[in-house]
Amino acid sequence: MTRANLILLALIACIAALPLFGEAYTLRLGTIACMYAIMALSWNVVGGFAGYPSFATAAFFGLGAYIGGVLLARGMPLTMAIPIAGIGSFLVAALLGAALLRLRGHYFAIASLSLIEVFRELVNNATDLTGGGMGLNIPLAASAGVMADATFFFYLMWGVLLVTAVMVIAVSMSKLGFGLSCIMQNETAANMVGLNTTLYKSIAFGLSACFVGAAGGVYAAWVHYIDPSDVFDILYSVKPIVMALIGGLGSPLGVTIGAFVYLGLEEVVWRNYIQIHSGVLGVLIVLLLLFLPHGLTSLRGWRLWGRAKNV
Amino acid sequence: MLAAQILINALVLGCLYACIAIGFSLVWGVLNVINLIHGSFIVLGAYLAWGLYQGLHISPWYSLAVAAPLFFVFGYVIQRLILNRVITAPVLVTLTLTFGLDLILNNAMIYYFKADYRKLTLTPPMGSVSIFDVVVPVDRLIATVAALALTFVLYLILRRLRVGRAIVAVRLDRDAAVLMGVNVNSIYAIAFGLGAALAGCAGVLMALIFPISPLTSTAYLGKAFVVCVLGGLGSVSGALAGGILLALIEGVGSAMIGPAHATTLSFVLLIVFLILRPQGLLGRKGFE
Repeated sequence: MTRANLILLALIACIAALPLFGEAYTLRLGTIACMYAIMALSWNVVGGFAGYPSFATAAFFGLGAYIGGVLLARGMPLTMAIPIAGIGSFLVAALLGAALLRLRGHYFAIASLSLIEVFRELVNNATDLTGGGMGLNIPLAASAGVMADATFFFYLMWGVLLVTAVMVIAVSMSKLGFGLSCIMQNETAANMVGLNTTLYKSIAFGLSACFVGAAGGVYAAWVHYIDPSDVFDILYSVKPIVMALIGGLGSPLGVTIGAFVYLGLEEVVWRNYIQIHSGVLGVLIVLLLLFLPHGLTSLRGWRLWGRAKNV
Repeated sequence: MLAAQILINALVLGCLYACIAIGFSLVWGVLNVINLIHGSFIVLGAYLAWGLYQGLHISPWYSLAVAAPLFFVFGYVIQRLILNRVITAPVLVTLTLTFGLDLILNNAMIYYFKADYRKLTLTPPMGSVSIFDVVVPVDRLIATVAALALTFVLYLILRRLRVGRAIVAVRLDRDAAVLMGVNVNSIYAIAFGLGAALAGCAGVLMALIFPISPLTSTAYLGKAFVVCVLGGLGSVSGALAGGILLALIEGVGSAMIGPAHATTLSFVLLIVFLILRPQGLLGRKGFE
């Protein structure tokens, strides 16, 4: 295991200590931080490792939220609903991936963007099951007070994050990860030397959806109310990309740190400039892409005190 | 008679869809950039028409002449100052960048115009014509004719003018165009400006028909996606074919399975088309 991956696990372990210090607001932030990190790490599997510009994160977040939400509303316990949300998202994504991942570049980006639209409209129109545009109320689990609830959902989200991080590290060390990086560098060549690229890409797409779906399930249980325009928000697809770009594409530690940095920025902007927060996010994206396209980690090579090259 | 009404509605709406999509298609085809600001450009054009009509009583037909140069300059500047810096970057970067620009523009519009739905209502209203029980509102009919005219103007620019031939040349083979002495950066900016101008004009026409709100920009953008993929990229005839096909499918789909499912149907069709025939109806294979 590389040093960066060890640091990532240590970082996640440190986050687990948050309830010792925090009040309800800190726990809420911590839960969102875990959720963003799950999204960024998951996106990294298909976007960073395999190099496919996926905009489908929101589609599977919403799918997981609705699978989890509907099951919880039908009285299924949380311990079963969330794994089912994750596995359901995995299966849907892997099957769709087998067809969609034959597309490359712009066409794949458009297709993955459209998935959000398709899922949202399907949920909107399946009024009997999902409540349609009216949203879905999820019954409160037996509550033991505000703090106990906040702590519970924080650890639930944290648990999903831990599993996600272990998955991503396992993928990066396995034959699957090697195959994905071959696909990123030259897919045709990878195919020629006998790599089953369709299978690899489908598994990667499925894995990138699985934990996002589980996080969606936790989110639904946590906020008790979801509606299609909330969970199928295209911003959930773009945010993980911004986080990955902040931290540096491809590195699990980088994207996780990117997620935390992004959440910090978002929170500051939300607090101070609520009316123009999406515009400020836009400015951030533009500045990031124009001036720091390889993320914060690329700053390493730009130390003023470093020894000059070619001297 | 119902069938005839559906067909006429589809033709009218299809030309408007083509007008929405054509600028998007041009930018995608020539710059190889998926331009997510397109929807907000259209809405901004609609606000321009609304403002000119409410404030100065300028008819939307004349607003077209104001919108086109204004949006051309706007698009040209955005491309030259911002987009051109990452034009050779992979799709992830260009797409995310245009998304960021769209967030800024859309937020600015929400800030200044609020998210209320507005409507440009002509006084006196233009009424509607009916031929053999087929009813078409006159303003919609004129908007359709204007949309067709705009599409035709683009076709003429691309066919007849030197700059148009250069745009097509860059689209076909960028490197060869450079070798023939075409200034690619300037062509990129002109193509993006043209795309923005077409979006602004489309917005002026949309203001006559649909309610205006910053929140509608994603719906326009979604239509542009579907039309481009259905019809094939970068060609004027492809956009027209895609627009009419989309309107037909939506019209027939609404009549058969209910209007709630029309959008789902069009996006499912988009994905099926991407998988089975990514070059679109009129596109040529290997011509991406």
